[in-house]
Amino acid sequence: MKRLISDKKVCYSLKIFSYISTAIAIIALIAIIGYVLINGVGKINLTLLFGDGKSSPSILPALVGTLSLIVIALGFSIPLGIGCAVFLTEYTDNKSKFVKFIRISTETLAGIPSIVYGLFGYLIFVDLLNMGYSLLGGGITLSIMILPVIVRSTEESLLSVPQGLREGSYALGAGKVRTIFKVVLPSCAGGIVTAIILAAGRVISESAVLILTVGMVVDKMPVSLLSPGTSLALDIYYFGSFGYPEEAAATSVVLMILVFGINLLAIFVGKIIKRKTGEK
Amino acid sequence: MNSYSLGKHKERAVKGAFVFCAAFSIIALLIITAFLFISGAPFIVKTGVFKFLFGTNWDTVSETPSYGIFPMILSSLYVTALSVLIGVTIGLFTAIALYKFLPKKAVPVIRQTVNLLAGIPSVIFGLFGLKIIVPFLRDYISPTGVGYGIFASSLVLGIMILPTIVSICLDSLESVPKEYYEGALALGATNEQATFKVMLPAAKSGVLAGVVLAVGRAIGETMAVIMVIGGSTDMPTSLFQSVRTLTANIAMGAMDLTGDSFTALISTGVVLFVFTLLLNVSFSLLKKEKKEKAEKKK
Repeated sequence: MKRLISDKKVCYSLKIFSYISTAIAIIALIAIIGYVLINGVGKINLTLLFGDGKSSPSILPALVGTLSLIVIALGFSIPLGIGCAVFLTEYTDNKSKFVKFIRISTETLAGIPSIVYGLFGYLIFVDLLNMGYSLLGGGITLSIMILPVIVRSTEESLLSVPQGLREGSYALGAGKVRTIFKVVLPSCAGGIVTAIILAAGRVISESAVLILTVGMVVDKMPVSLLSPGTSLALDIYYFGSFGYPEEAAATSVVLMILVFGINLLAIFVGKIIKRKTGEK
Repeated sequence: MNSYSLGKHKERAVKGAFVFCAAFSIIALLIITAFLFISGAPFIVKTGVFKFLFGTNWDTVSETPSYGIFPMILSSLYVTALSVLIGVTIGLFTAIALYKFLPKKAVPVIRQTVNLLAGIPSVIFGLFGLKIIVPFLRDYISPTGVGYGIFASSLVLGIMILPTIVSICLDSLESVPKEYYEGALALGATNEQATFKVMLPAAKSGVLAGVVLAVGRAIGETMAVIMVIGGSTDMPTSLFQSVRTLTANIAMGAMDLTGDSFTALISTGVVLFVFTLLLNVSFSLLKKEKKEKAEKKK
């Protein structure tokens, strides 16, 4: 009987600890957002956002860089990722060696640290192809990095399409390819678009891979996709480490607004498309 | 012949395109592995495998440079262990509180907030660490008077992985059948006992998956770490001392090294890559074991 009582006490104190943990977690996370907002919001002004960067720091090159990186990375990874997911769900029964290899490699790709991707991008684009630091090289490296994310979430969406839709399409005389493009993909468009937008969010947040591939040229506007550049996340690192803490916080505010905006957009767009297509 | 079906050749061509897309991830992985090893491994062999991995001196500027990454390996392990300890403890208990103890109305709000926070870029955590945590540690806690180091990095990473841990642990707790809880109550357990003695053990495998994921993120994180780790290449002897992790070594060196020294960074990358591969393999073994257990039960 005595043991049972002390057992109760132990569990009760664990419960108290769980309250404390929740409080710590919430305080820590609010502290970060609070720090960024308090130090950053006041510093956001037109010179920082759109200035020429000559007399005081400007994040315009970073905005342009980030946008080009998103376009390049998604441009490569969307077709490859969706194609891979279609193959995995529509053409195979999950048992062949080839499919196993594909799964192992996407999982492994997902686990590689971004700085290692950076080294790889450096070896290919800067070293082997002799392109120097460039937005194009960084974007392509990023596209391999986000490929697993797109494959996995597209696959989930494709699996949620009822088998009956496919069979109905075959019964009407459509071939496999037509069924995929006209029936299966449109009926899970909501999920796929959400996945793509979330992948864009990852591109925005990434920075380590870019140090080695895009360079960190914070004060020059990239002239073309082949010129070195910077991104918002890199700017935060640069400003933070080299004596512009307030600019770093202001850039963080911009970046956070972008990330949260993208997340909300993903939820919103997903819902709209789902309502239109009647997808569940 | 109906017009809804493409010709046999076209069908085959499109299938070929899909196969290519699918094979691309295999090709990419092979190319990444090949390039890293071809560019990095010879240097390790040239330096001597033992000397590279267990050498304690990293000096790229002297006339006879030496490349030993043991301090970085140790720092990486310390930072990973400590940050996972911090992140998983607080994250797991937060998930438990959200699951059973907090008022039902507050739970969705906290959950949404935590999910939103999972999207904050790591460099912002680094900035927070650099401007708030490091000065705080330096002024109030550190016995050595240095704020940078393993403890600061672990705190930053611990906070960073919190949202992920909370949502994984909460998911795995919620997937435990409700009957377990009710059964425990029926046998006379209190609410707390049922939660900690029945539900938590039943959610063990999900929590473990969360731990492995956290280890992966902690060992591979670069930006948040390089802002608070300090950057000296000394052996770690204190939690409050400027050191380097493997990732920090690559990122910091990449900004100013060339030639042989740069090759040494690629070799560091190879070591880091092998670490993450090992982690992946152990993770998939863990999953396999779980699957086999589940099948046995059936």
